[in-house]
Amino acid sequence: MEASATSVTGGRSALERSPAGRLPDRVLKWGLSALAALILILIIYFFIRLVGQSGHVFSTYGISFVFGNDWDVSRSIYHGGALLFGTIVTSIIALIIGVPIAVATAVFITELCPRRLRGSLSIVVDLLAAVPSVVYGLWGVFVLAPRLLPAEKWFASTFSFIPWIGGGIPTLYNYFIAGLILAIMILPIVSAISREVIATVPSENKEAALALGATRWEMIGMAVIPYSRSGIIGGAMLGMGRAIGETIAVVLVIGSAPKIGSHLFAQGYTLAAVIANEFGEATGIHTSALFAAGLVLFVLTLIVNMIARWFITRGSHGTRGTGATGMTIASGPAGEK
Amino acid sequence: MSATALPQISARRRRTDKVMRGLVLAATIVALIPLILIIYYLIHKGLSAWTQSGFFTTDPTGSFFGSPGGIRSAILGSLEIVALATVISIPIGIGVALYLTEYGKEGWFANTVRYFVDVMTGVPSIMFGLFVYIVLVVGRFGGSGFAAWKGAVAISLLMLPIVIRSSEVVLLLVPSSLREAALALGAQRWRVVFRVVLPTAGPGLLTGSLLAIARGMGETAPLLFTVSTAFGLTFSLNQQMNTMPFLIYNDITSPRAALQTIAWGTALTLVVVVLILNLVARFIASRSRMA
Repeated sequence: MEASATSVTGGRSALERSPAGRLPDRVLKWGLSALAALILILIIYFFIRLVGQSGHVFSTYGISFVFGNDWDVSRSIYHGGALLFGTIVTSIIALIIGVPIAVATAVFITELCPRRLRGSLSIVVDLLAAVPSVVYGLWGVFVLAPRLLPAEKWFASTFSFIPWIGGGIPTLYNYFIAGLILAIMILPIVSAISREVIATVPSENKEAALALGATRWEMIGMAVIPYSRSGIIGGAMLGMGRAIGETIAVVLVIGSAPKIGSHLFAQGYTLAAVIANEFGEATGIHTSALFAAGLVLFVLTLIVNMIARWFITRGSHGTRGTGATGMTIASGPAGEK
Repeated sequence: MSATALPQISARRRRTDKVMRGLVLAATIVALIPLILIIYYLIHKGLSAWTQSGFFTTDPTGSFFGSPGGIRSAILGSLEIVALATVISIPIGIGVALYLTEYGKEGWFANTVRYFVDVMTGVPSIMFGLFVYIVLVVGRFGGSGFAAWKGAVAISLLMLPIVIRSSEVVLLLVPSSLREAALALGAQRWRVVFRVVLPTAGPGLLTGSLLAIARGMGETAPLLFTVSTAFGLTFSLNQQMNTMPFLIYNDITSPRAALQTIAWGTALTLVVVVLILNLVARFIASRSRMA
């Protein structure tokens, strides 16, 4: 008896499932594909709506909306240059303070600390990311800003010869405080990514350096850092993306002055902060201007994140981007963007 | 013939090594200081709010001169909104991750979706609030302007990429030999997914979901223009609702010392909830082989 003879009604083999039996498979496949397509549609739809909402302002001011320096609600004039300036300055301060500390932490945890401390130390650093950003804001307003004000005053008068850094009279809320809080907030993500990248350095490279007589530090400088440089830069850029978009912690300590600050310790504003602060009372072209600020913010974070991802993929030496780094990128970082 | 001794490492090199290692250690300690300080101040200032009578059992009064009241409605509001956001984002997120690992794999469509999920991860959370505002609040969708469920939608948009990325990582760790064994026994694809892949990845999926929930719990910015706020207790998701992050945000800007104390107490409550979620997630992750 041949196998092909065992057929049932409809001429299909007995080993084949009935069309009804195959249905759940199709439903699942197309259902899941539809969900995946939903993500694409959502983002594209959002982008289109955002462009549409901000069109009014861009047709009035053109590109000068982005770079012009005059934001005055009472006169109904909207140029977002000071906001863009504040966003970039605060995130650069965050990088300057945060990245060296984050990378040092990563080096310490992966290369220098006793093995049994490793796990708990990484968890403690990661916990910084779990603190909600409004709590950072609360702490910044009532503890950090008032406590640091005397130190800022001393610093500004002592180093008054450095342009833009010193010379001015520090206010309670300023660019520096916002940048400092952002530095704390981006520390866990930069540290986590650096840790993962450093962990991929082949032990042959490290052992080779040690075998040639390098000290621990020379080994780190010769074998670890060069190998993981690209990934660390990517992590720093990812941290910058967070810093740019951070809203609540910044709005509380930036001072909300829509002008380009004359020194480091002056009040300022950021794109995200102006949206959070003014959107509630905005009408007409003001609303449109805030949507436009959102669009600039959106595009800025897109660019920074794309650069970050390029560095991280280049630095992961051929392994797929959705490896362990995916988990960190998604779940590690700071409370709020 | 005696073995030739290796040349000594010069004193200068040894000193550099010591100094640099010391600096790295110092930087690590500096990194831990903010966390310690924040926890210290939260406990120091928050506990005095906790011990006020009715802190957890009464609602904020909203009156400027009288007693500020407790934070009951904020706690319940946060739980309701995050619960709804979880119900929306976890199934969709795991579904998309399943598509990526089981069907899309390395195809162009799957890679496009991955790219957009990455984009979503980088979008500032206030933008999700704006999005929901444009789409749902402006048109008074559902009969009201600001509503709790709209805030939940904004929070779920923010949780989605976290769930997708973490779930995909975990699903990829399920050995393909398990899938192949089930398929070879004649199981259908959907049965393999529900009976083999999902149960195997279970603990890892739970870890990712808990981290996403913890993240959603602490978000303020997406709630600003979607839920707005209210003082009283409500269980209707179609109304404005009080939440812990928003209550803190409101009370920080108040000049009244009593309200600032409430803000610290609420912050302590919020951080305790978020930290517990985080620690439980990590505990589950360390217990299972996956994740």
